[in-house]
Amino acid sequence: MGESIGRPMVEVRNVSKSYHRDSIEIPVLQQINIAVPEGEFLALMGPSGSGKTTLLNLIAGIDRPTSGEVIVQGTNIGQLNESALARWRASHIGFVFQFYNLLPVLTAFDNVELPLLLTNLSKSERRNRVELALKLVGLADRMAHYPKQLSGGQEQRVAIARAIVTDPTLLVADEPTGDLDKVSAGEIMDLLDRLNKEFRKTIVMVTHDPRAAEKAHTVTHLEKGELA
Amino acid sequence: MKIPLSYSWRSLWTRRLTTTMTLAGLALVVFVFAAVLMLAHGIEVALIDTGSDDNAIVIRRSSTSELVSQIERDAANIITTLPQIARGADGKPQASTETYVLINLEKKETGDMGNISVRGISPGAMQLRPQVRLTEGRMFRFGTDEIIIGQNIARRFQGCEIGQTIRFGESDWVIVGHFAAQGSAFESEIWGDVEQFMPSFGRPVFSSVTVRLRNPEEFTRFKASVEQDPRTQMGDVKREREYYREQSALMSSFVRILGLLVTFIFSIGAVIGAVITMYAAVANRTVEIGTLRALGFRRRSVLGAFLVESTLLSLIGGSVGIGLAALMSFVRISTTNFGSFSELGFGFALSPSIITASFVFAVTMGLIGGFFPAVRAARLNILTALREA
Ligand SMILES: Nc1ncnc2c1ncn2[C@@H]1O[C@H](COP(=O)(O)OP(=O)(O)OP(=O)(O)O)[C@@H](O)[C@H]1O
Ligand SMILES: [Mg+2]
Repeated sequence: MGESIGRPMVEVRNVSKSYHRDSIEIPVLQQINIAVPEGEFLALMGPSGSGKTTLLNLIAGIDRPTSGEVIVQGTNIGQLNESALARWRASHIGFVFQFYNLLPVLTAFDNVELPLLLTNLSKSERRNRVELALKLVGLADRMAHYPKQLSGGQEQRVAIARAIVTDPTLLVADEPTGDLDKVSAGEIMDLLDRLNKEFRKTIVMVTHDPRAAEKAHTVTHLEKGELA
Repeated sequence: MKIPLSYSWRSLWTRRLTTTMTLAGLALVVFVFAAVLMLAHGIEVALIDTGSDDNAIVIRRSSTSELVSQIERDAANIITTLPQIARGADGKPQASTETYVLINLEKKETGDMGNISVRGISPGAMQLRPQVRLTEGRMFRFGTDEIIIGQNIARRFQGCEIGQTIRFGESDWVIVGHFAAQGSAFESEIWGDVEQFMPSFGRPVFSSVTVRLRNPEEFTRFKASVEQDPRTQMGDVKREREYYREQSALMSSFVRILGLLVTFIFSIGAVIGAVITMYAAVANRTVEIGTLRALGFRRRSVLGAFLVESTLLSLIGGSVGIGLAALMSFVRISTTNFGSFSELGFGFALSPSIITASFVFAVTMGLIGGFFPAVRAARLNILTALREA
């Protein structure tokens, strides 16, 4: 469904991306146009090497297009300088990675608190938010655990708590179930579904898993750097 | 500094083995660094504390020490009656005309010969030096061939027991007491009656005159009186403390320079150790760095986190090193002071400035060791870092 009110949340306009390896130019994306309305749950699918991660990184502002524009909530993020872009990511994007990317030396609580250290929130406000986020993912009783002491599915739920703790505009997830068994994957997809429905989070997710894609409202296919 | 301290701290703790080895290297170098400074300071303390602020010493102008100084009896008589000098209970000026020579004795442990200072004193000397205290036996009687021996000499040289006789000059001398002097250079001397020593050594002149001033501010006037009178103007007047500071300079500087040179060479090793550890830390945590950057932490926060990590490493290493060095305070050393060519006992003396210097040194090593790895961490490209997964 995903009705859009005025402008879409994410607009990808004529985006091309190529990488340089030595002097050879490797085209990865060609002339991509996508509009993601607010409240959307979009799944990006396609074969390995088709450019899904690259496109997701462009939307999340950790990479820049070779040509074209990426506009998120009216901000052309290609025009931000590096530190402005870092600040923008901190307040607008929640990241969920395939391998969770939790910091192993920090507890679940400290991991979830990390993005809040970039805000002006007081210690007690941060504590409230972290506890709320961990409660939401069902791990309120695991706050003091280190990643090593958690199962893969639990680690990914901590990572999701970290992604939503700043209440970002957009969640980006790159194969969030790619490293999980069927049961854990199902739990993660239910959680993302709930974040989308109940909390109106806009989600862009890359996945190989058709079952995961079922939860999305829209499925977009990439094929050799072009929308199929 | 947005990345929490606990991240740096726990990262160190996580790789305990490499952390411990790097720490050991840093601690060792800081230990050597602090020990060298403590030793040089110990030499200064031993000599400087030999002097007192209330006392002034007169030696012959352009003599570097008492050993080569000559003050004629006439001049000494004029100096000891100057009005700036304090008077004792007996109404006599508190002054000591002294002779100072070196003799040779055999060391207990090695049997080698060592130089020992022999000081002839006059009756006023004990009032000038309240730190001197008999530990055994009694004070020698003036007008006799009795002597007392500083405890550092008594411990280390043969034939220094009470009742034994030592031969030097043209005579035999009977030991009647041992004395301590709060660790100062006097503890490494032999004392007797100056009027007995002078004929025995065939010296018609004194080496120095030491006086206690009525109050320390009178020093300038006392100095002027001595240096302006044509009969005493060959005398050079110094505060006693200042004189002994000069006596310590040669040896303490030597220890300090040689020691710091050695430390510097060691420190290169420790810094290389820190560099290797920190580069390994960066390489192992590439994904973590990429994740932090994706979450919105800036390059300089990453730089800071790794610098904090190497600084923590060096602070702990530094504390351990200083702690070990502090144990050296209990060690005492006795050797030849090549400022005066005579035996001198001293210890490792810790001071607040040595502690500060050691920490500064440790942190400098940590920062140098951590700098390039931290820059490497900060320079990582987010995407390449995340791809390491
Ligand atoms: N930094 C880079 N330098 C050079 N080539 C790159 C770089 N990043 C990606 N590529 C190339 O771009 C193409 C698309 O990569 P991308 O990671 O976007 O694919 P993907 O669709 O996510 O694949 P997968 O399903 O395997 O994750 C690949 O051929 C890849 O080798
Ligand atoms: Mg991918």
